[in-house]
Amino acid sequence: MGTFQIDFGTTKPSPRIIGIDLGTTNSLSAYLDPTGTPQVIPGADGRPLVPSVVHYPLEGAPVVGYEAIERLKSDPARTVYSAKRLMGRALADIAGEHLTYAIDEAASSQVIHLALGMTPPEVGAAVLRVLKQNAEAHLGEPVTQAVITVPAYFNDAQRQATKDAGRIAGLEVLRLVNEPTAAALAYGLDKRKQGIIAVYDLGGGTFDISILKLHEGIFEVLATNGDTHLGGDDIDQLLMQVALEDLATEWGLDLTADPSAYQSLRQAVIAAKHALSTAPAVSLEFAWLGKEYRRELTREIFDRLILPIVDRTLGPCRRCLADAGVTVEQIDEVVLVGGSTRIPLVRSAVENLFRSRPHTELNPDEVVALGAAVQAGILAGDVQDTLLLDVTPLSLGLETMGGVVTKLIHRNSTIPASATETFTTAIDGQRNVLIHAVQGERELVKDCRSLARFDLKDIPPMPAGLPKIEVRFLIDANGILNVSAKELRSGQQHSMEVTPSYGLTDDQVEAMILASIEHAEDDFRERQVREARVEADQILAAIDKAKANAAWDALTSEERATVSLATNQLLLAYHGDNHEVILAKIEELNQATHPLAETMMNTAVQGALKGTKI
Amino acid sequence: MSDYYGSLDLPPLRLDLDLADLERRFHLKSRQWHPDRFARASAAEQEAALDASSVLNDAYRTLRDPLRRAEYALRLAGLNIGEPGNKDVPADLLEEVFDFNMALEEADTDEIGVARERFADMRNEIDEQMLMLFARHDAAPDRATLEELRALLNRRRYIANLISTASGEGIRH
Repeated sequence: MGTFQIDFGTTKPSPRIIGIDLGTTNSLSAYLDPTGTPQVIPGADGRPLVPSVVHYPLEGAPVVGYEAIERLKSDPARTVYSAKRLMGRALADIAGEHLTYAIDEAASSQVIHLALGMTPPEVGAAVLRVLKQNAEAHLGEPVTQAVITVPAYFNDAQRQATKDAGRIAGLEVLRLVNEPTAAALAYGLDKRKQGIIAVYDLGGGTFDISILKLHEGIFEVLATNGDTHLGGDDIDQLLMQVALEDLATEWGLDLTADPSAYQSLRQAVIAAKHALSTAPAVSLEFAWLGKEYRRELTREIFDRLILPIVDRTLGPCRRCLADAGVTVEQIDEVVLVGGSTRIPLVRSAVENLFRSRPHTELNPDEVVALGAAVQAGILAGDVQDTLLLDVTPLSLGLETMGGVVTKLIHRNSTIPASATETFTTAIDGQRNVLIHAVQGERELVKDCRSLARFDLKDIPPMPAGLPKIEVRFLIDANGILNVSAKELRSGQQHSMEVTPSYGLTDDQVEAMILASIEHAEDDFRERQVREARVEADQILAAIDKAKANAAWDALTSEERATVSLATNQLLLAYHGDNHEVILAKIEELNQATHPLAETMMNTAVQGALKGTKI
Repeated sequence: MSDYYGSLDLPPLRLDLDLADLERRFHLKSRQWHPDRFARASAAEQEAALDASSVLNDAYRTLRDPLRRAEYALRLAGLNIGEPGNKDVPADLLEEVFDFNMALEEADTDEIGVARERFADMRNEIDEQMLMLFARHDAAPDRATLEELRALLNRRRYIANLISTASGEGIRH
């Protein structure tokens, strides 16, 4: 519920915080209107959704959204889609994924680099920049602060990568909110709901299940589970396999070798998938180089094909119920989120599991952004009685002897959560202690996700076991790990070198922010130059036309020479990159043509008097 | 060691807690200290909120579970509980454990199942005794009761290990 702050005219209103859903397939933003109702923010085309597709032309600024989708077919190598699936991941994680843009296999193993040069957070930043501009245009004020949603099952590196994307786009990310929790906020806000709800969120690339307890405005997450590599993209790839096999036998062609053809087919497949959510059968059609492919696809075949994917969501649901300590009967309501929940088989699977008809009143594409706007309102202090208590999806542990994991903070602990451990030395005079933090549920380090290594440095030489260094591991409200160390006897902060296992370093992010600001200036300058050239084109065309006029011959040779000189000077400036010089030369040419314009005017008047056409 | 009792405004070492009351306290304190309430505060205030709310969450997680609550209270009272790997068999269980190990060695699933049931009954009995000790301690706190509780928890830990072994989840002793 929104509360109105009384403005005495002395305080400047705090800057607005927007909520952003940075999705695998589509992204959008929302804000809290003065009545406390979340509203989606439309783009210049009036549509709130911005497809998360970025085309990088050879020159100039990236093209984002629907326009970039068009380029998926015409220029697939320079057009990036589903970048969210690459966030916070390493090369080894995406083996076997077929993408129509190339990955730089030789680049660092910590962060994926596209062959185009950029990293996934930079691609995310390109999408965020468009959402930021749309919001600024719609709200008529600068927007610098945001809440961004992430899949609940995102690990530390994936969360950090999302935060980096925000920073690169010039947004201060005040909070990362889990997508299913955001959806619960959007659903539960208006109705003062109580009870236990389950949020089933199957998006383009990720699956989450969260179980929450709603009590007097407190949204307490009891447990969450999921799979950050399971979504509509996987369904597309299944359908692609079928079509590709057909084409291989019918046409004898391997379409995976041709990215443009692959993308055209992929879009035909996606269109068929969408249509099958309402129609019992569709015809998948695809034409390429004069050949035509056509295949009838019934819902029955489609269901059979995607059943393994739908089944893969049920395991996490059961584990989530067990972790939350609730039975199916105790779930009061089920909410569906994400475009893939439009698929009838997904709906019926959820209905069967939870034995109740799920809620679908809010648009599954928009509900997460709406919830992010509510969270933004909470942070801004505009929403007072609502509070979100979320959990960490994965256990945090440390590597101990023999590559075994000792868990420090268990999954589904309410965040912020912390744990302290005391470390000492094993041999006399030891100067360093190395700590390896991992995330995951397995017993062995090799089966968990490495998070970071901490090197407690410069320990004064002492007999073994004497130094006592207390290390505090704290998972903040964004689900990101913070670590600090204290020397227990002196009580002093102990120095520590942190080496994240995956992701960008702070320096790298800073460099990207600088580069993006420079590019933003470049982009602006380039636009000014282009506009000046358009103006120059107009006056040069006018002069060319005027030279055919009798008035030109009526000028003195001196006047003609002045115009020619100014014209040449403008032509010289034309190909330079300084718009001010071009504009100055346009003005000089304008001045030089005054006598010409006057003469033309007079000739026109005389012509009119004579009744002849000039 | 963080002060879990203090962060929920509870008297120290209270063992018998009403879970509904505990949740009310947790929600109240969360509204006060959650970092969301300090998004636009100074860095120092944000730091303090992060600290307070993390202790609060840890406190609620620990105190709402009777077993963890008891272990925390014992540590707070300076009574260390047994190491997880403690293999000393309680004297009155010697014969029982010997039979159980035989059954394991012979992979006698029937006998293992029977033993599992018996151990589970023992654990339930311990849990009831634990609640009685909680009440006795809160009515008249004294160290003897806490020491009795510690002995009970060590025994419970041993039996819990037997149960997980019998369920095929644990490591063989």
